[in-house]
Amino acid sequence: MFRLSVPLRQALSRLSLPALIAAAFGLMLLGKADALLAERARMALADAFVPAWDALRQPLRAMRGAIDEAAGLLALRAENARLREENGRLRQWQEAAQALTAENAQLRRQLGFLPEPAAPFVTARVVADGGGAYARAVLLSTGPLAGAEHPLRKGAVALDARGLAGRVTEVGSRSARVVLLTDLNSRIPVLLEGSRARAMLVGTNAARPRLQYWPAGTEPREGERVVTSAEAHAFPAGLPIGQVRRTASGAAEVDLFARLDRLDLLRLFDYGLGGALP
Amino acid sequence: MSGWAGLLRWLDDLARALLPAGLTLLLLLLAALPSGLPAGLPGLLPAIALPNLVFWSIFRPAALPPPVVFGLGLLQDLLTAAPPGSGVLVLLLAHGVAARWRRVLARQRFRLVWLAFAGIAAGAAVLGLGLQALLAWRLLPPAPALWQALLAIGLYPVLAWPLTRLHEAMRRAEAAAGHPA
Repeated sequence: MFRLSVPLRQALSRLSLPALIAAAFGLMLLGKADALLAERARMALADAFVPAWDALRQPLRAMRGAIDEAAGLLALRAENARLREENGRLRQWQEAAQALTAENAQLRRQLGFLPEPAAPFVTARVVADGGGAYARAVLLSTGPLAGAEHPLRKGAVALDARGLAGRVTEVGSRSARVVLLTDLNSRIPVLLEGSRARAMLVGTNAARPRLQYWPAGTEPREGERVVTSAEAHAFPAGLPIGQVRRTASGAAEVDLFARLDRLDLLRLFDYGLGGALP
Repeated sequence: MSGWAGLLRWLDDLARALLPAGLTLLLLLLAALPSGLPAGLPGLLPAIALPNLVFWSIFRPAALPPPVVFGLGLLQDLLTAAPPGSGVLVLLLAHGVAARWRRVLARQRFRLVWLAFAGIAAGAAVLGLGLQALLAWRLLPPAPALWQALLAIGLYPVLAWPLTRLHEAMRRAEAAAGHPA
């Protein structure tokens, strides 16, 4: 430690707060001027903390598993009845799906339809919440990506077991950041499956993103399925997103299939598309 | 043996000096873990940082000098994907306000300190909202900022209770070691 005279030390400590406040303003300007710098700093930090988060998550997951197990035991009878009913319904759907698959294959043969190649994907675990008051994002632990067979790229599409969750916006050396569909900056071209009308899915920070800019005369109907559209060359067509839900005030929102509040594993598909990245 | 005792005492002092910043850092990292609650807890991280920071700024300002506050603010900005610098400024100003009033506040009863903290949290929310809106150059809904302020105000007693015990234990240890706080 330096030995400073008392008045000098007092003067320095009195000056440090204003100087640092000025530095904070400088940082804001720097972040505004060079957005890439902030992004790199964020990913470097995420890379550094991901192993710790990964380790911390293990006991948390075990605890949550035990709680879920206990709750499941309590609701066993009701759950069983519900599953029996659902199983009957799904069996009908399975038959319908098999018939449709066969018909679809036959029609494709007749048309000489070129199948799209399956996209390579990696599966990664969500280890931390990367969002704040005005951002909805998650951080994934991807393991060392250097020598991986399918390198992860910006723009990869993230799906959970049920549907679209978001898109990879930043990739570090062992972590990646996925901005969710609910983020304030998320804008996604979608297709309303019933009317084949195109629209935009706009994140509002709330649990349900909002539909905007549909063509006049094709109002989104309650319960209509919403899927991705290949419009902006950012997504492949037809990934499931959710169902239309009209609010009391008449706005069209989408009830997402993906369970964004309890994301655990995400599949990251690389369709080789790079359109309209934020 | 006095060498050993000196070393132990030095380690003890060091641990006490690093504890407030280290604890805040640890809580920030824990707050970034996915909560797993049905609605999630957006804005939890800043709502953890502010009570910690204000508490230590009032009761043990030497342990959180402005450069450390700057570092914690930067960490908060990077972890929450906020524009870098906005959280730094909010935390520095909150630290400045709390440190300026500390002589008055440190002697008050808990409820008054809580009330003062509520004022600081409200100011921090308004400032944070303004800075984020200015830096993104768009209007932002005020609801998340309000929610964050309420969360911070609600979390203050939860955090302040163990921190007060910790602070008293540290004071006792310092009194026993024979140097002033």
